[in-house]
Amino acid sequence: MIATGKQKRFIWTVTTLVIIILLTFIVSLNLGSFSIKPSEVIQTILGQGTRKQEIVLFNMRLPRIVMAILVATALAVSGTILQGITKNDLADSGILGISSGAALAVVMYIYIMNGNIYEGISDITIFTMPVVALAGSAFGAFLIYSLAWKKGLNPTRLILIGVGINAAFNALLIVFQLRFTTQEFNRVMVWISGSIWGTNWNYVITILPWIIIFLVLTMYKARYLDVLHLGDSLSTGLGVQVEKERRTLLLFAVALAGVATSVAGTISFLGLISPHIARKLVGPKHKLLLPTSALIGTLLLLISDTVARNLLAPVEIPVGIVVSVIGVPYFIYLMVKE
Amino acid sequence: MDKSTHVYDEKRISRMIIASSIIIIGLILLSFGIGLSISLGAKDISLSTVISSIFTGKDAVDSEIVRDVRLPRAIAAALVGAFLAVSGAIMQGVTKNPIADPSIMGITQGATLTVSVAFAMQAGIGHVGLMIFAFIGAMVSGLLVYFLSTRSIKGVDPVKLVLAGTALGTLFISFAIAIAMYFNLSHQLSFWIAGGLTTATWQGVQLLSIVGVFGVIAAIIISSNLTILSLGEEVAIGLGKKTNTIRMIGILIVILLSGSSVAVAGNIAFVGLIVPQIARSLVGPDYRYIIPCSLVIGAVLLVFSDIMARMINQPYETPIGSLTALIGIPFFIYLVRKGG
Repeated sequence: MIATGKQKRFIWTVTTLVIIILLTFIVSLNLGSFSIKPSEVIQTILGQGTRKQEIVLFNMRLPRIVMAILVATALAVSGTILQGITKNDLADSGILGISSGAALAVVMYIYIMNGNIYEGISDITIFTMPVVALAGSAFGAFLIYSLAWKKGLNPTRLILIGVGINAAFNALLIVFQLRFTTQEFNRVMVWISGSIWGTNWNYVITILPWIIIFLVLTMYKARYLDVLHLGDSLSTGLGVQVEKERRTLLLFAVALAGVATSVAGTISFLGLISPHIARKLVGPKHKLLLPTSALIGTLLLLISDTVARNLLAPVEIPVGIVVSVIGVPYFIYLMVKE
Repeated sequence: MDKSTHVYDEKRISRMIIASSIIIIGLILLSFGIGLSISLGAKDISLSTVISSIFTGKDAVDSEIVRDVRLPRAIAAALVGAFLAVSGAIMQGVTKNPIADPSIMGITQGATLTVSVAFAMQAGIGHVGLMIFAFIGAMVSGLLVYFLSTRSIKGVDPVKLVLAGTALGTLFISFAIAIAMYFNLSHQLSFWIAGGLTTATWQGVQLLSIVGVFGVIAAIIISSNLTILSLGEEVAIGLGKKTNTIRMIGILIVILLSGSSVAVAGNIAFVGLIVPQIARSLVGPDYRYIIPCSLVIGAVLLVFSDIMARMINQPYETPIGSLTALIGIPFFIYLVRKGG
C-alpha cells in the first residue's frame, strides 16, 4: 500500500495531539477557583493528596474533562460524517437544525418533568435526557431529510433546509424560554449556549455507552464515507446503495450530536472546524480522518472550556460561546479564501 | 420591432396598474390594521374613542393609552416592517440571490449585539445612542455581505452567503447572550434578541421616520439601477453602470434601515425575505415597483403580526421575531425547494 507514508504521518499527528491534550489537561487542572499543581496532580492520582484535592480532582475536574472528551469526540465525528455525506465542507450539526432540535426537546422535557429547573434536575431526568435529546435531533434530521427530498437528495438543498429548520427551532426555543422565570431562564440560557455542566459521573455513565456504540458503528462504515465523497453516480457505479448508506450515516451523525447536546447544550462550530483541520493534517481518508478529527475536537473543547472557566472568573462563560469565537473567524476565512 | 415595443408598453402599463393597486389596497389594509392594533389589547378601546383621542386632546385614561402607548407602537410596527422589507429587497438585488434578508445575513444580529453592548455599558443611553450602536453592528455584517458579493462576477453562491450569514449571526447572538448573562440583563435582552415592540415610544418613531425618509428615498432612487444589476454584471457594466458603487449604496441603505429597526424593535427575522418575494411575484422583476410594494406589504405584515403576537397567548406577548420567523421559514423552505 502506498498509504504507509500517510499512516506514519497519522501516527505522528495522533501522538502529538494526545501529548498536547494531556498538557492542556494539566494546565486546566492548575487553573480555576481551586488550583492543583502538576506535581500535586500526580501525587493525588497516586493516592497521596489531601482530601480536598481528591474531591476536587476525582469528583469535579475529572468527570468534567472526561465529559469534554466525549462531547467533543461525538460532535467532531458527527461533523465529519455530515460533511462527508453532504459533500459540503461547511456542514455541521449546529448549523443544520440537529443540535437545536435536541435542545428544543430537552428544554421542553425539563419544563414538563420538573417545572422548576432551579431546584436541580432529578436523576431520572438525567438518565432519560439523552433519549429525549436523541428523539429531538432525530425529529430535526427527519424534517430536514424529508423536506430536502425532491426526486433524490441534493446536498446543497439539504444544507439550506437545515439552516431554515435550525432557525425555526431557535425561534420556538425562545418562545419556550420566555415562559421560565428569570432564574430558570438564566440556567436554560447557559445550557442552550453550550456548557459542560455535568460535573458528575452520572452524566458520564449516561452518555458513555451511546457514544461508544455509535463511534464503533461509524468507524465500521468509514469506507462508505470515502465512496460517497466521490459523488452519487460514481458511488452507485461502485455498487454502493447510496441512499441507504447516506441515511444510515446521517442517523449516526444525528445520534452522536443528539447525545452530546443532551449533556452539553448546543455547541456549534466544533463539528465544523475539527474535520477541516484534521483533513489538512491527515488527508481525506475517513479511517484516519475520523479519529484525528475527534482528537482535534477534544483539544479545542478542552482549551475553550479552560478559557470559559477562567477568563471572567468567577462568572463562567458558556463554552459554546468560546467555541464560536474561535470557530466563526475560521469559518469566514474559509469562505473568503475560496 | 414595433410590435414588441407595443407588448412591452402594455406589460409595463399593466404592471404599473398592479403596483398602484397593491399600494392603494395596502394602505387601506394598513390603516385598518393600525386602528385594530390600537383598539385591541389588555384593555379594549372602542374605535370611536381611538379616533377621538387621536384628533382631540382629551385627557381620559383611554386617550392616554392610545396616544402614548398604542399609537406609537402601531406606527413603529408599520415603519419597522416597511424598512425590513425594503432592506430585504435591496439585499436580494445586490446579491442577485432570492434567499437574502437582513436576518439571514447576520445584519440584524450584528445590530442586536451592539445594542446589548450599549445596554451593558449604560442602561439609559437614549434612543439616539442606541441607534448609533445599532448602525455600527449592522455595518460589520453589511460590509461582509458587500465584500462577498463583489468578489465573484457571476454573483455569490447562495449557499455560501446563507452559511456565512448564519455563522456570523450565531456568533453575534452568542456574544449578545454572553453580555446579557455577565451583566445580569438576560431577561430584558432576550426580548431584544427575539424581537418585540413593547418598548416603542414616540421618540423611537421620530428617529425611525427621520432615518426612513433618507433611506426610502435613496432606495427608490437606486431602484432602477438595482434592476439593471439583477440582469447580470456584464449587462450592467455594458450599460455604463458602476456596479460596485450601486452595491455599496444599496448596502449602506440596508445598514441604515435595518439598524434603526433593530434599535427600536430588536431582532425581527424573515420579514425581508418573504415580502420582496411576494412583491416580485405580483409586479415582476422591476425594482422600481418591487421596492414601493415591499414597503407597503412589509408595513401591513408587521402590523398584523404584532396584533397576532399580542393575541395568541394572552396575557403574555409572544416575541414577534419568533412569530415572523415561524411564518417566514416555511416560505424559505419553499424557495429552497423551488430553486432545485
